[in-house]
Amino acid sequence: MDKNYEKYYVPAQSPWPIVGAFAMFFIAVGAGLTVMQASSGGGGHYVLYAGIAVLLFMLFRWFKNVIEESDQGLYSAQMDRSFRQGMSWFIFSEVMFFMAFFGALFYARMLSVPWLGGAGNNAMTNEVLWPTFEAIWPLVTTPDGGTTQAMGWQGLPLINTLILLTSSVTLHFAHVGMENNKRGPLKVFMALTIVLGVCFLGLQVVEYMHAYQDLGLTLDAGVYGNTFFLLTGFHGMHVTLGTILLLVMLIRILKGHFSPDKHFAFQAAAWYWHFVDVVWLCLFVFVYVL
Amino acid sequence: MSSVTEQQHDQAAHHDGHHHPAKGFKRWLYTTNHKDIGSLYLIFSLTMFLIGGAMAMVIRAELFQPGLQLVEPHFFNQMTTVHGLIMVFGAVMPAFTGLANWMVPLMIGAPDMALPRMNNWSFWILPFAFIILLASLFMPGGGPAFGWTFYAPLSTTYSNDNTALFVFAVHIMGISSIMGAINVIVTIVNLRAPGMTWMKLPLFVWTWLITAFLLIAVMPVLAGAVTMVLTDKYFATSFFDAAGGGDPVMFQHIFWFFGHPEVYIMILPAFGIISTIVPTFSRKKLFGYASMVYATSSIALLSFIVWAHHMFTTGMPVAGELFFMYATMLISVPTGVKVFNWVATMWRGSISFEVPMLFSIAFIVLFTLGGFSGLMLAITPADFQYHDTYFVVAHFHYVLVTGAIFSIMAGAYYWLPKWTGNMFNITLAKWHFWLSLVSVNVLFFPMHFVGLAGMPRRIPDYALQFADFNAIISIGGFAFGLSQLLFVVVVFKCARGGDKVPAKVWDGAEGLEWEVASPAPYHTFETPPEIK
Repeated sequence: MDKNYEKYYVPAQSPWPIVGAFAMFFIAVGAGLTVMQASSGGGGHYVLYAGIAVLLFMLFRWFKNVIEESDQGLYSAQMDRSFRQGMSWFIFSEVMFFMAFFGALFYARMLSVPWLGGAGNNAMTNEVLWPTFEAIWPLVTTPDGGTTQAMGWQGLPLINTLILLTSSVTLHFAHVGMENNKRGPLKVFMALTIVLGVCFLGLQVVEYMHAYQDLGLTLDAGVYGNTFFLLTGFHGMHVTLGTILLLVMLIRILKGHFSPDKHFAFQAAAWYWHFVDVVWLCLFVFVYVL
Repeated sequence: MSSVTEQQHDQAAHHDGHHHPAKGFKRWLYTTNHKDIGSLYLIFSLTMFLIGGAMAMVIRAELFQPGLQLVEPHFFNQMTTVHGLIMVFGAVMPAFTGLANWMVPLMIGAPDMALPRMNNWSFWILPFAFIILLASLFMPGGGPAFGWTFYAPLSTTYSNDNTALFVFAVHIMGISSIMGAINVIVTIVNLRAPGMTWMKLPLFVWTWLITAFLLIAVMPVLAGAVTMVLTDKYFATSFFDAAGGGDPVMFQHIFWFFGHPEVYIMILPAFGIISTIVPTFSRKKLFGYASMVYATSSIALLSFIVWAHHMFTTGMPVAGELFFMYATMLISVPTGVKVFNWVATMWRGSISFEVPMLFSIAFIVLFTLGGFSGLMLAITPADFQYHDTYFVVAHFHYVLVTGAIFSIMAGAYYWLPKWTGNMFNITLAKWHFWLSLVSVNVLFFPMHFVGLAGMPRRIPDYALQFADFNAIISIGGFAFGLSQLLFVVVVFKCARGGDKVPAKVWDGAEGLEWEVASPAPYHTFETPPEIK
């Protein structure tokens, strides 16, 4: 038998997936009820919180198992490749999730708004539905007369772009530190990356407040506001998750986990961070600048 | 061959404790074993098939006569909607995932799926998603009633308040599919036994590899679509509302960008199963293996650029109509290659008509028929007449029932003896086949006629002129529905006992799965086999 093939570790029975399934059930039911009861009030959000709590507990225990197994040397190089490929495909699925919203943005901007303004063979669409409507982007006046203001790119968005780009660089330095077993710079650069991530999120909140209070740019302000908030909102949620991942990695680094040649969890978190960075660049160009 | 089998037995014996199946229900809840999880998927799929089938019976009972007699129109709409959702996401997709779980590791000589715990998770969230979906039927206001395609504004402006539950149920189904697909893809890429090169891969594995790619690419887009429906309905966004600058047709574009690859997700594994079974019972190698691989890949790639053929009547620019018409017709080329190869495999073969082969031959004939009606629908000007009629219903039921479902039946009969170690009751199985074959055509063939004559789909009532055909269709429907109970009987009897089968159940079968004992030991290929 070919000795180059190490034994592939197949874990024994595990309770965590079924706990996670219950968590997902509570989250789905809780989220559904929360949304449905938004106006009437009701206890749905408690179900949601319970689900999230169970999910976090489950993830913590599941990853604990994985880390223990890894420490016992149960994972072969082949296993490592499975993790890497799995994470890559997960990130690909995230890319496709954002594609749906970018698709909506491009469609609204290139097709539906011009058509409502009478472009192509749609002169009568404009004439019959909203004859006073003019197609412009950003869509600050909707066909039914709602008005808003566009978010400029020069102020906070530009600063945020620089912050996120810098954070990718600091994370890269942290990775270099990891590979060269320089734990000091590793910790510093990790902490720096997390701080930058938190700064980004804080400034996003400031920007949202500015949008709501000064610009009248709200979630329901027509398709410009819709695409703006859903794209930046989902991106913000991903940054939040990425920051939490990096924070967990920093805690593990402080506890002495990882070695120069064995640090897949760190690398996965780093890939994820670079991914949200690239999404932001697309956002900055297509949502803010253009 | 037998040495491999014994070796596997020895290895299984060495690792007791956690390497034997656990006792009681914990075995199923906590399992990390690809065979257990495969069985769970298959049992779940069969359950959903029966529930979704019961809804189809309600639909056919109401349509037995013109006029409204049994159910309210709103409930009728819920039945068509949930029937579609259940059959797509609850029956066909989990059945294929179950077959992949069982067979892919066996076929490529892997010890299990690459990420066994995630495998368990991706299964167990699925029943919960369907509990949510089915529970909404019993809530005030009822379940989703906007068709499985949930077009805006039906799902936004005009839907009932329980739509949020539908949205989050679909989110979970999507997460389950994505995790399942990641597992399949990583298993195939990373866990092939040494010597199992790409062009030696069994075709079922190839087709699933491509299917998994499609799943990861488009399920997130579905998640995006339901999310926008959610915000449009509950948070006053206007993605699909022209008053705010959006467009209801945009929904259709996003949905069908998911939806068209989705129909290939439901047929490519079927191609893989048929390509496995036909050579076995023709006692010949598959004709044109490489062309099968290329054809599957081209179908998958083309599936991304044909979505708007579902929307010819939405008033697209003519250039768009033409592009999507020709791109769609292009798909018939690789599909034709496949049908040709199956027929060429049988050509001058030493054919025997075991039950899996019967289903496979029925698949080849009837799926091709469904493909032809698809070609008719692809012709833009003709589609203006067929759009939203029973002709479309006939088309997609031919490709999904006599296509996907028949292939699943074929696969189930082909591998049941390997899973259980027992031969199924052949007489009963043949009854199941012939009754299904006759009734399914009584059920779906006349739909072509009423569709061409203009009977609209998703309507609980119809013009008198369609009465006779609808009565015939309903009788076919009830017969087909009842025939499937025979399948349940055959499966249960087979699981409980029957004539013992050898490792290589079928004479002409080839592949690693026939080199392990029947029933397949709980753990196989803990050390990868050598492929020559």
